[in-house]
Amino acid sequence: MLLNIKNLTVAIEGKEIIKGLNLQVNKGEVHAIMGPNGTGKSTLAAAITGREGYEVTEGEIWYKDQNIIEMDADERANLGIFLSFQYPVEIPGVSMTNFMRTAINAQREYRGLPPMPAGEFLKLMEEKKKLVDIHSKLTNRSVNEGFSGGEKKKNEIFQMALLEPTLAILDETDSGLDIDALRTVAKGVNELRSEENAFVVITHYQRLLEYIVPDFVHVMYDGKIVKSGSKNLALELEDKGYEWLKEHSLA
Amino acid sequence: MSDQTNNNILDEVTKGEYKFGFYTDIENDLAPRGLTEDTIRFISAKKEEPEWMLEFRLKAFRHWQTLEEPEWAHLHHPPIDFQDIIYFAAPKKKPQLSSLDEVDPELLDTFDKLGISLDEQKRLAGVAVDAVIDSVSVKTTFQDTLAKHGIIFCSFSEAVKNHPELVKKYMGTVVPYTDNYYAALNSAVFSDGSFCYIPKGVRSPLELSTYFRINAANTGQFERTLIVAEEGGYVSYMEGCTAPMRDENQLHAAIVEIITMDDAEVKYSTVQNWYPGDKQGKGGVYNFVTKRGLCKGNRSKISWTQVETGSSITWKYPSCVLMGDNSIGEFYSVAVTNNFQQADTGSKMIHLGKNTRSTIISKGISAGKSNNSYRGLVKIMPGAINSRNFSQCDSLLLGDQCGAHTFPYIDTRNQSSIVEHEATTSKISEDQLFYCNQRGIDTEKAIGLIVNGYAKEVLNKLPMEFAVEAQKLLSITLEGSVG
Amino acid sequence: MEKDTLQQALPLDQMLIAQYQKNKELITANDIQYVSKLREEAFQTFMESGFPHSGMEQWRHTDVDVLTEDAYLNEMEVPDTKKDIEELFRCDIHNFDTETVSMLNGWYIDKDSPLKTLPEGIVVGSFREAMKAYPQIFEKFYGKIAPRNANGFVQINTAMMQDGVFIWVPDGVKSAKTLQIIKIINKEEQLFVQSRNLIVLGKNSELSLMHCDDSVNQQSSLVNTVTEIFVDENANLELYKLQNLNDQSGLINSTFVQQMANSNIKTNTLTFNCGLIRNNIHVKLDGQGSHADVLGLYLMDKQQHIDNQIRIDHNVAHCTSNELFKGILDEEASAVFNGYIHVARDAQKTNAYQNNNNILLTPTATINTMPFLEIYADDVKCSHGATVGQLDQEAMFYIRSRGISAANARLLLMYAFAADIINEISIEALRQRIDDMVKKRLRGELSVCDKCVLHCGAPEKDYHFDIDLSKI
Repeated sequence: MLLNIKNLTVAIEGKEIIKGLNLQVNKGEVHAIMGPNGTGKSTLAAAITGREGYEVTEGEIWYKDQNIIEMDADERANLGIFLSFQYPVEIPGVSMTNFMRTAINAQREYRGLPPMPAGEFLKLMEEKKKLVDIHSKLTNRSVNEGFSGGEKKKNEIFQMALLEPTLAILDETDSGLDIDALRTVAKGVNELRSEENAFVVITHYQRLLEYIVPDFVHVMYDGKIVKSGSKNLALELEDKGYEWLKEHSLA
Repeated sequence: MSDQTNNNILDEVTKGEYKFGFYTDIENDLAPRGLTEDTIRFISAKKEEPEWMLEFRLKAFRHWQTLEEPEWAHLHHPPIDFQDIIYFAAPKKKPQLSSLDEVDPELLDTFDKLGISLDEQKRLAGVAVDAVIDSVSVKTTFQDTLAKHGIIFCSFSEAVKNHPELVKKYMGTVVPYTDNYYAALNSAVFSDGSFCYIPKGVRSPLELSTYFRINAANTGQFERTLIVAEEGGYVSYMEGCTAPMRDENQLHAAIVEIITMDDAEVKYSTVQNWYPGDKQGKGGVYNFVTKRGLCKGNRSKISWTQVETGSSITWKYPSCVLMGDNSIGEFYSVAVTNNFQQADTGSKMIHLGKNTRSTIISKGISAGKSNNSYRGLVKIMPGAINSRNFSQCDSLLLGDQCGAHTFPYIDTRNQSSIVEHEATTSKISEDQLFYCNQRGIDTEKAIGLIVNGYAKEVLNKLPMEFAVEAQKLLSITLEGSVG
Repeated sequence: MEKDTLQQALPLDQMLIAQYQKNKELITANDIQYVSKLREEAFQTFMESGFPHSGMEQWRHTDVDVLTEDAYLNEMEVPDTKKDIEELFRCDIHNFDTETVSMLNGWYIDKDSPLKTLPEGIVVGSFREAMKAYPQIFEKFYGKIAPRNANGFVQINTAMMQDGVFIWVPDGVKSAKTLQIIKIINKEEQLFVQSRNLIVLGKNSELSLMHCDDSVNQQSSLVNTVTEIFVDENANLELYKLQNLNDQSGLINSTFVQQMANSNIKTNTLTFNCGLIRNNIHVKLDGQGSHADVLGLYLMDKQQHIDNQIRIDHNVAHCTSNELFKGILDEEASAVFNGYIHVARDAQKTNAYQNNNNILLTPTATINTMPFLEIYADDVKCSHGATVGQLDQEAMFYIRSRGISAANARLLLMYAFAADIINEISIEALRQRIDDMVKKRLRGELSVCDKCVLHCGAPEKDYHFDIDLSKI
């Protein structure tokens, strides 16, 4: 099992957001997590990736057979956990090229490999750019600075392609995307899917799941997964709305 | 990541070791400790100066005696005992050098350690070097190459001997000895420095560079640089400085004067890395420098770029007097303070001519328990019609024990000019750090990346060779954190 | 009143020192002991320091010597001007019902009682009377909000002031009407006028205050006002200052504010006319969650000079401040702005914004602007900006291309520039009136006649202004 979350409780400034959540993800699987706003979807992503201020008060997160709760965010990243941010931050003055080269070499250093030669790195960049149809000019700019909403999301997928994670969490990657950008992003993800990695796709709408077809769909409500099922669950949810879910969870 | 780890990383970041702190055992010729007219006569005699030079020094000294140390800067230091300083130190084997083979090997070794090779390799880099150790210029490279273009690049002492008419004509015209306390002191006791003259219509084919190093103990360094670019001339000039680690403070009070005639341009870049003192704030260089350029001719341009990482105290305001119509002044600065360092630095732009333009970009980075102040003046005189200034002064704080201050002075006396000043103060956001962490970059490296990105606008203005050195310096000052 | 002819022959500082020593009993006649004690301390400090001079960094651009080296009359007793009080102080802002308090030549002039309690519970009255009635409030706040080491003007005020306005808004009380302080200078002799105000806002209270400085005749005067304001937890203060004195007058105005947790203030200093004016505003944010808006507009011409010195101390965490001063300078007017934001160590999560924008209309107008930041905490958002420029020529052309005359286009743009400040006035009737005054000022109408437009209801033709909002 790649990821095994057991009875996870997460609090922000003392307020419980996730209240005893369980989730198992195996290699080669795509899991979708759906649910209304404010149910803790993004908090779950933050807890898995080790964001500061998200306090795990109970439970465990097992990844590649180790409990990663005490690990810093960069170590988890180097173990192959990748987060595609809902709101990618701008870092003025730091070029995309420099940023990704630093990231790749950090990962290589973690694995005991020597830094990647500059030429090889540039070649790799060119190759991955094509995957998400990202414009060359974007990689010369500072990280996310002056990128449109769509460009930022493509840029996240581009980074994912470069870093080749084992577990990728896509947090609302579809929000703010027009249909063309959505297709591009989905195409990038689908090409990266393999038997060796897994995806957790957090989304509000069923729309994205038409393009990235999940193996499992989980519905989150009030800090818990209240229902799990196949991809059809997403359709059912779209049809009946989250109100149905509330009744369901109360029942 | 917990606050504790955060603090550890900041400690780590702020713990950089000074890598130029070695001392070279060179036999020195020292002036007696203290400052009297006799000291000045001693210096002048040692340097075999003409009478007019001695007169200039004595006038400056007498004026200095009437002055008091300025106190307006946001700096605190124990009083300096000006009688407890050795005002002149020169390597004893003062050589009439005809080739590098004759340079004291200890000296060559010193410059090798500093990463400055005085040898022919520099030719490939296109840099001519004047090396000033303690008070004396020890070697100027590529004089012959430059001479072919009519460019004079030599030590100040040589200029006094060989080009007295130029020195007399320009010395003290931009920074008169009456200018301020430290300028008066320098004018009285300066020992050497660099001189550069670009004749009409000549663009220097080489980057010119001076390396300053304080080596001897208890000495002050008082060098003087004079650069004159005649009509249409151009030169890019670089200055670097280091000093050994010593427990006592050392005094450095320099003057740089630049004059540009019609259509001439001088680009002056500094990487200042005097010894900053140790982690407890002990020792370090007191750096009081007066740098000023006069855009005398129409359409002339002077550009200052500085990366200030060293010195326990920095007091420095590279300025431009924009006298010629359509002349341009620029100031780009990155100042980093760490531990107990204090910097009060900025620029002055004095607009006199019509359609003059100036730009000030200042990036302050404070860490440890340091204080970093930007202080700048933009003055638009009534005749400077249609002039423009834009200033941007940003401060970045690393940690909650440091200070970042901004003191701009804007004085406008004419309605057709536009002056704009902007400033922000910030810290590295947690979002930015987490974003980097999530990509596998540890916090220390992330801080380095972000700091370098923050300073990029200024680093980009440096000549290529210097830019690399400056980035390295940022990484030393904020140890290991800069990739 | 017995006239001291000697005093008019001496420079101001010497005259005041002599006067204090000679008339101590008269000066302290109404004092409680605490106030007298502070007088003595301040007097000693003043003896050592004297008035500030241009050799001092903060006074570098404002030469007060021209004022202080002159000879003045300093009245030691209440003048007998009861007769036309009603007329003099009648204020009639359309739709603006205020509770007025009047000062003549620095003395509190009461229509009915020198110390009264308004229906909602606010106590307002003469400083002299109040200190006897509320000694405990004086002991707690008076002389404690202004720093002890303040400049010579504050010291001499503490030493020799004899009257002013006292306002106490008890806990939970909210002002029903805007309280308006009208200060008028009217005297044949050249007067030195001091007044001292103490304003205390209790917890959860609210006060809206308008403070008008006006001169009636063309005689020159020097006014030295010190105001101390304490704003307790969760209290709310709006303070409008209207400065409209004649070209011969000097006004030194020092306002010190201390704010406690979750309190809010908004000050708006609107300067229309005065020979030389110096505003010191010092706000101390001493309680978390407090907020200060410190705003100002100055419209100066002729050889007028204005110097705004604004200091905001962020002493604790989680406070915000917003400082915006805008000025238009015509003819040979000169202006100084020095904003100083100080963020103390540990005053984390501070958010401070400071801006000063200036328009120079002539080649002879000058501006010195110094927006300073001094910051010792890292988790803060501070920014400042300053601009000096002229009216946007492109905008001028655009407006003129629509058939509007150059003069009107200029007016329109100047008005638009000033509107940022005017729009911050939250009392609609007052906002309209100020708006009106700005328009008149920009048309040059106010400077033709240096009378206060606020006294438009007064019968004397001299200060009558025909204000018709529909015309603008």
